[in-house]
Amino acid sequence: MSERILMCGNEALAEAAIIAGVDAYFGYPITPQNEIPAYMSRRMPEEGRVFVQSESELAAINMVFGASATGKRAMTTSSSPGISLMQEGISYLAGAELPAVVVNVMRGGPGLGNIAPSQGDYFQATRGGGHGDYRTIVFGPSSVQELVNCIPLAFDLADEYRMTVVVLADGILGQMMEPIVLEKKPRRKLPAKDWALTGAKDREQNIVRSLWLPEGALEKHNYKLKAKYEQVQKNEVICEQYEVDDAEIIVVAYGVAARIVRGAVNKAREEGIKVGWIRPVTLWPFPTEQISKAADELRIFLTVEMSCGQMVEDVKLAIAGKAPVVLYGRPGGSIPTVEEILDKIKQLTIPTKRAK
Amino acid sequence: MKTVFTRTPTLKDCPTHYCPGCGHGIAHRLIAETIDELGIRGRTIGIAPVGCAVLAYNYLDVDMVEVAHGRPPAVATGMKRTNPDKIIFSYQGDGDLAAIGTAEIIHAAHRGEQITVIFINNAVFGMTGGQMAPTTVLGQVTATTPQGRQTTSEGYPLQVSELLALLPGAIYVERCSVYNPAQIRKTKKAIKHAFELQVSGAQGLSLVEVLSPCPVYWRMTPVKAMEWIENEMTKVFPLGRLKG
Repeated sequence: MSERILMCGNEALAEAAIIAGVDAYFGYPITPQNEIPAYMSRRMPEEGRVFVQSESELAAINMVFGASATGKRAMTTSSSPGISLMQEGISYLAGAELPAVVVNVMRGGPGLGNIAPSQGDYFQATRGGGHGDYRTIVFGPSSVQELVNCIPLAFDLADEYRMTVVVLADGILGQMMEPIVLEKKPRRKLPAKDWALTGAKDREQNIVRSLWLPEGALEKHNYKLKAKYEQVQKNEVICEQYEVDDAEIIVVAYGVAARIVRGAVNKAREEGIKVGWIRPVTLWPFPTEQISKAADELRIFLTVEMSCGQMVEDVKLAIAGKAPVVLYGRPGGSIPTVEEILDKIKQLTIPTKRAK
Repeated sequence: MKTVFTRTPTLKDCPTHYCPGCGHGIAHRLIAETIDELGIRGRTIGIAPVGCAVLAYNYLDVDMVEVAHGRPPAVATGMKRTNPDKIIFSYQGDGDLAAIGTAEIIHAAHRGEQITVIFINNAVFGMTGGQMAPTTVLGQVTATTPQGRQTTSEGYPLQVSELLALLPGAIYVERCSVYNPAQIRKTKKAIKHAFELQVSGAQGLSLVEVLSPCPVYWRMTPVKAMEWIENEMTKVFPLGRLKG
């Protein structure tokens, strides 16, 4: 398939997963991602692959754990409250070093919140989310095409680094229909899954575990994970920048918020304001270096998020006091408008410098 | 000299970490014998629970995984659905299966997953220090029922096997024990039957509950613990085939 077709984000990512070779999908209904299990319930059997509607998100992530432990490509999807329930399993996946792809079509929270688009789960996704000392790779796509593009990469990275990859979408991306191209991409060169549980035929037993009781054993395991995470930080950062070179203001945003920012920045440029944007595509590993470098010049940073301010902490960590960082956040499922962001940019313009 | 009994190959030759008089060792051996007799070592995957048996892979020489407390039936589902040719079994205690994992076992049975569950019921949480389990019998003193379990505050012992036997997706449910050699032989027969059902492709879940001693947290000698199963525990958890 290489023609442009119109699909909503939820169905598009499901088809992208099928093209990427997902062997098994496990999920539990929750709005606003219900199109995914519905699509998978039809398409996975057509492909001779596995679909199970689980009894809970706890069960879904553990079904992923089981399939992944046998070396299969497995995924689950949910929305914020359901992702909270999966955190136990994600921690075990991290401990056992099992690959998995988890899509979070975020909605408003905390608690039951609402079913409107939100970016309130940034902390949960980028800080691990469950207990223990671990990381997950996190993508924050901003269009249906990018959502589709990050799925095969998510499976490859999961297999390469043996870790969970979270795709952090939101209710808009999930529901919105956009023209996309679905293409099968060649896989990365991936290591053999010689650790997988396939039955100990003509070999010694394989054990998939996360328990390390002897003194020092867990510390050693933690350092092994840390070394792996450092490789990810070194090699897998994806970030987009626009009109940064001469900018006096840089707006940092990801996902759907970044699309609105793009509109606001374009309008501001039309009005002669020197403003650019940086858009992290991977939220972990975070583009710390790119943002830090941009802060070497005299600039103001504006972070726009659909939350009370979560990614802004990573922006501040990256900038490390070199430049002021201002937040514009709309929580609770509300979406910032181009005008609101433009106003904010105007408030931050430095009249003396602009007059030059 | 004629060899009349020997260690079965799938049971590793190593010292045990289990307490004196514990029933896990017997149950492990019966599973290992079954795997060897059916010739399925090369395609069996076992699931170890959270609890004393978390280290089951130190004794059972098959591919094994350690999973979160209560979740083995969900993990087994993920394994079996993607590997229908493999033999998947979970080994679960009463805290794992009857408390925190009640939803997972009920729904795995409800979906008729083609897996085998070995359910070790010793009426107590062993690894955490002898707290009350859902299967603790009335009057039983545990770390969290110092006056003995009472219906008014702790409810009644939970008979999970009876519950599961009601579900069409559970095709074989039997409760056994290991309190004497005759019962051990019956348990072996039941475990073997449960595995055979899966090997034959039978459409549903097979479960064997094993009433097993925990002398340390029952505060009894190993011999007394066996007698307590026979005389007290079987009153609440009657032995026999519940389904199939």
